Amino acid sequence: MTTSTVLAAAGSVSTGEAVTFWILAPLALIGGIGMVAARNAVHSALWLVLTMLCLGVFYVLQAGPFIGMVQIIVYTGAIMMLFLFVLMLVGRDSTDSLIETLRGQRVAAIVLGLGFAGLVGTGLYQALDRTSTAGLEQVNAEGNVQGIARLLFTKYVFAFELTSALLITAAVGAMVLAHVERRKQDKIDQVSTMKARFAPGNYPGPKPGPGVFATSSSVATPARLPDGRLTDRSTPAILPQRELTAEETSLKGTDK
Amino acid sequence: MSPIYLAQDPTLADFGRDPWWLVLGKIVFAFAFGLLATLLGVWFERRVVGYMQVRPGPNQVGPFGLLQTLADGLKMAFKEDILPKAADKVVYFFAPTISVICAVTALSVVPFGPMVSIFGHHTPLQVTDVPVAVLLLLACSSMGVYGIVLGGWASGSTYPLLGGLRSSAQMISYEVAMGLSIVAVFMTAGTMSTSGIVAAQGDGTQLTVFGQTIPAPGWYAILLLPSFIIFFIATVGETNRAPFDLPEAESELVAGFMTEYSSLKFALFMLSEYVAMVTMSAVTTTLFLGGWRAPWPITIWEGANSGWWPMLWFFGKVIALVFVFVWLRGTLPRLRYDQFMRLGWKVLLPINLVWILVLSGLRSIEDWDTRGKVIAVGIPAGILLLATIFWPSRRPKPKPTTQEQVDNRPHGSFPLPPMDLQVPPSPRITRVVAEREPANIVAGSDSREV
Repeated sequence: MTTSTVLAAAGSVSTGEAVTFWILAPLALIGGIGMVAARNAVHSALWLVLTMLCLGVFYVLQAGPFIGMVQIIVYTGAIMMLFLFVLMLVGRDSTDSLIETLRGQRVAAIVLGLGFAGLVGTGLYQALDRTSTAGLEQVNAEGNVQGIARLLFTKYVFAFELTSALLITAAVGAMVLAHVERRKQDKIDQVSTMKARFAPGNYPGPKPGPGVFATSSSVATPARLPDGRLTDRSTPAILPQRELTAEETSLKGTDK
Repeated sequence: MSPIYLAQDPTLADFGRDPWWLVLGKIVFAFAFGLLATLLGVWFERRVVGYMQVRPGPNQVGPFGLLQTLADGLKMAFKEDILPKAADKVVYFFAPTISVICAVTALSVVPFGPMVSIFGHHTPLQVTDVPVAVLLLLACSSMGVYGIVLGGWASGSTYPLLGGLRSSAQMISYEVAMGLSIVAVFMTAGTMSTSGIVAAQGDGTQLTVFGQTIPAPGWYAILLLPSFIIFFIATVGETNRAPFDLPEAESELVAGFMTEYSSLKFALFMLSEYVAMVTMSAVTTTLFLGGWRAPWPITIWEGANSGWWPMLWFFGKVIALVFVFVWLRGTLPRLRYDQFMRLGWKVLLPINLVWILVLSGLRSIEDWDTRGKVIAVGIPAGILLLATIFWPSRRPKPKPTTQEQVDNRPHGSFPLPPMDLQVPPSPRITRVVAEREPANIVAGSDSREV
């Protein structure tokens, strides 16, 4: 059908495919190792992008152009970009510290990782050993995209819908947890602010400044109202309120 | 025309058969097209914006100022290449190249014309085509974000970082709207290859007006108008052009992600922006405006859609779209960031989804008989009509008048002055005016010592 299909047809590996593979396979591996080894989180993400791009090209090479492009658009273009988005907000200087907080964590991680890889490998081998291969010509008979669409909306429609339901649940859950919506009656507009200000019992004017009509300019000195009373509205709540004594307000002898 | 031109529309089978020198030639042509489009595009934009703002624009270097961009580019190459101390050096270096590579790669699947004969080889005027060519375009634009985001992050400075973050959010949002509007094209054309989409737009229905047969254009811009409009808006957002140039909003973020860049790296960012604009125009032309196919009055001439002529029509359409880009920039003010996001997610996306639903519904009842069609269209239309009529009115209750509000105040409220209070003129005003000394300005009063 196209070059890519021709490339992978008939089970033989053409020169172009081999060259592409041997250039990109080491790059993909370097990307994987770099992702684990990089200290900086953003560098880690970039190495992963490299690996994902190589994988995308591999899919195209294996006569699956649709899945290759989707790999690049969705994983590299959207998901990794969101990762980067978060990592950048974390700050560029936050490199991983190399101190093991759990003793032997690194060794355990390596051993467990190898074990998991072996498990997945054998599982795949066991599962795929018994399946019969149909061949690319048969699978891509009506076109790669059409073939995937047919499978996705007939045989695997339940799994497909289940996955989308899972994703939507996750998205809605994240929104519910993170989004704080103020109720409509909690929002105070200008009119109700004014009404509250002029409501009975509330003094609408500005608070008197400290020390006004008082004998001192200290912020701790309450202002004296026109009728001679002291008002505590003029002093901050955390300050002890006090009236200066006559000795304190008398001349200090510095004005001679 | 020789009989070999009978098969004008290239199919996927026509690709991948060229000798190596032809492939190389096509690649070089596409690349040169991108570079040349940048050189002329910057000049074009400055001249057109100048015309719109009633000033001449660049007109000194070369005829009509055509070489202005070249001169600017040369100047830029000789400027100092500044590497900020806080920059992440490797990423800082690679970011502009990623931008340029992604912008140029997208040109490889754009069909410039039909099958032509080059030195005896019968080949389509297109670098390559794959069954998922349009997805390749999407992939290129989504990878192009990396250039901007990494450039912003690697600069190690605040404004570029903010610009990079803005751009990543912006481009991801608008890619969704863009991808959805292409879905309608896929559904109508039945293919994702660019040459196939151009071919599918070739045959429109024939209209007979006053005894003359006019082929109605099969352009998807007309058949799928909502998709076209949304796609073009998303394109403007995707290329960071005004009025959606928030990543480089100069009034807020200096120059956004490219604040710290200088010399050739800055030139690369410039280049990628203009190549992206031209590429997106070419893609819009291909997907919605019939690609290289000539519009109706030209198609009266039999040879309009064969040989090398279609390239002319293609360039004409691309230039027209680039003009629209420039026109938008010259006309519209920049959106605020939240308005812009609201437009993308709350307007473009829902409209797109509903439109796709309607389109797929219409396509699935295409083969039914008339009665079935009437029922299938009538029932949803009726429900929609009833819903519009009986939808509870969202008009808010009329506000109480000021007098009513005053009357309804609780007992003991702060006293208000009467609403119809007439403030008498102050008796002091006339006196002040009368007592003011007449201004006595004499020449040389400034030199008096104060």
